Amino acid sequence: MASPSQPLRADDLHVSPSRARTQRILRGLFFLASLLAIAISVGIVLSLASEAFVFITNVDLASLVNGIWEPRTLRFDIPTLIAGSVVISAIGMLIATPLGLGAAIYLSEYASPRVRGWLKPILEMLAAIPSVVLGYFALTTLSPVIADPICPGPTIPFNMVSAGIAVGVLITPLVASIAEDAMYAVPNSLREASYGLGARKRTTTLRVVFPAAVSGIVAALIIGLSRAIGETMIVSIAAGGTGGAAFNLNPCLPGQTMTAAMVGLAVGSDQSRAGEVNLPYLSLFFVGLLLFAMTLALNLVSESYVRRMRGKGAI
Amino acid sequence: MAGRMASLGQQPEATEVVRRALEGRRADWRSRLFEGFLLFSLVVAFFFLVWLLVATFVESIPVWTERGLLDFLNTPLASNPDNAGISQGLFGSVVMMFLVALLALPAGVAAAIYLEEYAPDNALSRTLNTIIRNLAGVPAVVYGILGLSFFVLTMEGVTGGRTVISGGLTLAVLVLPITIIVSAESLRSVPASIREAGFGVGATRWEVIRSHVLPYSAPGILTGVILTLARAFGETAPLLLVGAAATGFAQPANATLLDQLHGPYTSLPTIIYVWARNPNPGFQPLTSAAILVLVVVILLVNAIAIILRNRYARKW
Repeated sequence: MASPSQPLRADDLHVSPSRARTQRILRGLFFLASLLAIAISVGIVLSLASEAFVFITNVDLASLVNGIWEPRTLRFDIPTLIAGSVVISAIGMLIATPLGLGAAIYLSEYASPRVRGWLKPILEMLAAIPSVVLGYFALTTLSPVIADPICPGPTIPFNMVSAGIAVGVLITPLVASIAEDAMYAVPNSLREASYGLGARKRTTTLRVVFPAAVSGIVAALIIGLSRAIGETMIVSIAAGGTGGAAFNLNPCLPGQTMTAAMVGLAVGSDQSRAGEVNLPYLSLFFVGLLLFAMTLALNLVSESYVRRMRGKGAI
Repeated sequence: MAGRMASLGQQPEATEVVRRALEGRRADWRSRLFEGFLLFSLVVAFFFLVWLLVATFVESIPVWTERGLLDFLNTPLASNPDNAGISQGLFGSVVMMFLVALLALPAGVAAAIYLEEYAPDNALSRTLNTIIRNLAGVPAVVYGILGLSFFVLTMEGVTGGRTVISGGLTLAVLVLPITIIVSAESLRSVPASIREAGFGVGATRWEVIRSHVLPYSAPGILTGVILTLARAFGETAPLLLVGAAATGFAQPANATLLDQLHGPYTSLPTIIYVWARNPNPGFQPLTSAAILVLVVVILLVNAIAIILRNRYARKW
């Protein structure tokens, strides 16, 4: 340090070697931590792909499309799982789209700041409910109260409607929160311009704010769909595919999704050793890879919508 | 509405419409209906939350009146519903939360610091950001597969296979991307002028981060991390894949802490899953009671995090 009497030299402005070293070491550590993300991605892809490859090279390809998913008898009907996932996430989206977007529009455009300050935390509370809880709720409460009256004939407690409704309740807060962010980010000047032309609140909301935020809203719906397809515990508990299921598109009947099939394989209810290659065990990785690929594709699409929104300068 | 828009083209009617719109307080039933629908969707969403809480509470009442909360929390699993409890589940969940907080919190904050404070705007940084956002969207059950093949099988020598350590590591990996995202958001909200003030008096980048950026963003990071931990606390699917058992649970009563870390384990959500599938109707009130414990813990933690956030929220 230069004493006050001496003139300041260029060396005094340099960082001392020890401080510079601390800085370099920490920067390196932070960099390594961020590389963990790449390590995790590589780990996921490797762990899925290697065993899935062994599965696909050893399995009888005809058993992948024989109408029944029942790993212990070596019947791995993939369309059954995809049908289950599609039916349940479709019901979920049917619930979450109107509820989520309605809640988002209300919070962003209609609620006063005070009301908003109360409602948003409650919505976050709803989002925090674990899915295993909603699964049990679907099985014991939604199934007799909602699914039984709307399904013809006697229904068993395990069905895809009640699981789908619970999935919808689960993703509603997620859709609402992302869509609300998108609409809240629309600049006020657009709203004011609309009011200046004499438009009322509803017109402004639907014809000005909604179109301006549509990329973010689409992204919210796609992220919701991706979450619905990846939702596991609700389906494992309430949809009733334990042990196996036949191809089925009727929501009033039990069904099996990709995620529930994975849990079934993991907890052992569907496992058995048959032959020297344990095909049921390996099928876990194949189904996992399929699920990973589908959700990744949806996430990438939603990201492209978010970028489009950013490009417009709305966010 | 459509008719009125169409008539805007004709002059006399247009002025009439404007006059009525400005003066008249006519009931606009479509707007009312629209606002009603919006409010309805929020009410329905909240209704499910209340319904769930009430139904769970009502069903669990026998457990509280006949056994009491402490007995339920302190009793281990059993095949007879009359003397089954959730003590092992609480133990497993708490140990795993410690592991998650110990591993995911520092790693997540460190990665966020690199991405927000150090990373140059190049292809690598952009790729990292994209990867992290996509990892946050990977279904939890897929992380279970990663945990199964990496922590349970490949690293069996370190983790001991299907142990609470593998479970904790899997959950730590699961929440890492979300921890990075919430921490990065919090760091980003600190205005550049704060950093410039630090650089202006000759501080290195690390010194600026330590003494300026981190203190200002700490409340945001902390609430984000608390919410993430609450999410991990209720996570079930990945633990089923890395072997959180709940049937055939054999941990001797005099097992030491080390034995418990290296033996079979379970978690509170896993117990709920297994009890929910138990055909014995005697387990129904127990399932509801365990759910109530889980939900109350999670909602309390959430409420605390939200109150903290509102209290320390800083408007720059």
